[in-house]
Amino acid sequence: MTGHRTLVTCRRVLLQLRHDPRTVVLMLVVPCVLETLLRLIYANRLVIFNQAGAPLLAFFPLMTVFLVTSISLLRERTSGTLERLMTTPLGRLELLNGYALAFGVLATVQAGVVSAVTLGLLGLRFRGPVALVVVLALCVALLGTGLGLLASAFARTEFQVVQFFPLIVLPQLLLSGLLLPRQHMPAALHAISDALPLSYAVDGMHHLSHQAGVSAALVADIAIVLAFAAGALVLGAATLRRQTE
Amino acid sequence: MAPAVEFEGLTVDRGARRVLQGISGSFAAGRVTGLFGPSGSGKSTLIRAIAGVQMRVQGRLEVLGSQAGSAGVRRQLGYMTQAPALYEDLTVTENVDYFATVRGGQRGEVLERLQLTEQASQLVRDLSGGQRARVSLAAALVATPRLLLLDEPTVGLDPLLRRELWQLFRQLAAEGCTLLVSSHVLDEARHCDEVILLREGRILAQLTPAALAARTGTEDLDDAFVRLVEGE
Repeated sequence: MTGHRTLVTCRRVLLQLRHDPRTVVLMLVVPCVLETLLRLIYANRLVIFNQAGAPLLAFFPLMTVFLVTSISLLRERTSGTLERLMTTPLGRLELLNGYALAFGVLATVQAGVVSAVTLGLLGLRFRGPVALVVVLALCVALLGTGLGLLASAFARTEFQVVQFFPLIVLPQLLLSGLLLPRQHMPAALHAISDALPLSYAVDGMHHLSHQAGVSAALVADIAIVLAFAAGALVLGAATLRRQTE
Repeated sequence: MAPAVEFEGLTVDRGARRVLQGISGSFAAGRVTGLFGPSGSGKSTLIRAIAGVQMRVQGRLEVLGSQAGSAGVRRQLGYMTQAPALYEDLTVTENVDYFATVRGGQRGEVLERLQLTEQASQLVRDLSGGQRARVSLAAALVATPRLLLLDEPTVGLDPLLRRELWQLFRQLAAEGCTLLVSSHVLDEARHCDEVILLREGRILAQLTPAALAARTGTEDLDDAFVRLVEGE
């Protein structure tokens, strides 16, 4: 029964997305547009396009899933549907897993489409297995679900929750090594970047882009991202109270 | 018959305010109990406490023989919040089906009973207020709950529909369901087997609608309420 309630919740979240095709199209098209823009900016410097384009593949699922999760869960909290669900046998983890599963599906589709465009049309090169690019994106999506859930607990309106994006997500991007390799950063910033999950996802994309095969460092990066995701989900679950004021 | 819900010394604090002030009472299984009182009297808080979603509840509160909010109770509970708690971006059927499957049951005839078959495939965000209220009620009725907690289910509905809903509540009780229905329209008390009058977090009286009229010497329930308050 536990698995069943998770699956129907996942199905319900996907149905909500299906009734909003414009959002889904934007989620798929916008990352491709951004990668294309990057490719045009560095038209004569493909090496730089490769260095910046690969990390962005780790950033897009965080951006997309963080936003949809934080807003969806804020709506659950404010519309009363969460309160109603809390009076049913549905467990908090089942609800959370349903969301994570649905947005995992979304992130996988997104990673598939964006990888196809950037690798197929724009000429981005990965030496490592492309399947792992999708796996890494999926791990980042789980992280996005956890962080979005956490953000939704600290906001009362959609205006507020959207402001958590520049607060929680953008610093991770700036410090991830996209702008400057992390080892060249001032020591304090390097230490902070060590504590941020997106850094490991970006490192992982670098490994995939530069090394053939699967290195131990890549596996470690994926494991660390997953551990952060699990931590964020558990913390997020703690904010889903069965009882409220 | 054993009471469906029993509470003793029930206190609820919200912020610095004591919303329920140590009330005691019970209501019987298989009947329609009305919960009446002005807005702010604690009706929703009592319902939320029984549903197991209210924080800072003190005192004894037993629901269907178990502690409020326990997993066993949740399997048998239908709860309708005051504002329609629905997914705006899902259709009527998708909403009702989701709440039915989460509670381990099926949609059944609930859309027919609430005259929602024509709206079945419409998105909730495109419905009128009255239609939303009915969908919200439908989501509480699915999966044949043993206990139905309905917070102001008839508010804002047209009089004909209101009467039909009360007939439906009576029918559900006849089928063995226990209903607790809150309303601030005292006129609706006549549809109940028993009414609980709540004011400022205290139970003013719990009696049958006929006894209420007899005790206060008036058929007009609003007058009766006023007399009870004045006679305190």
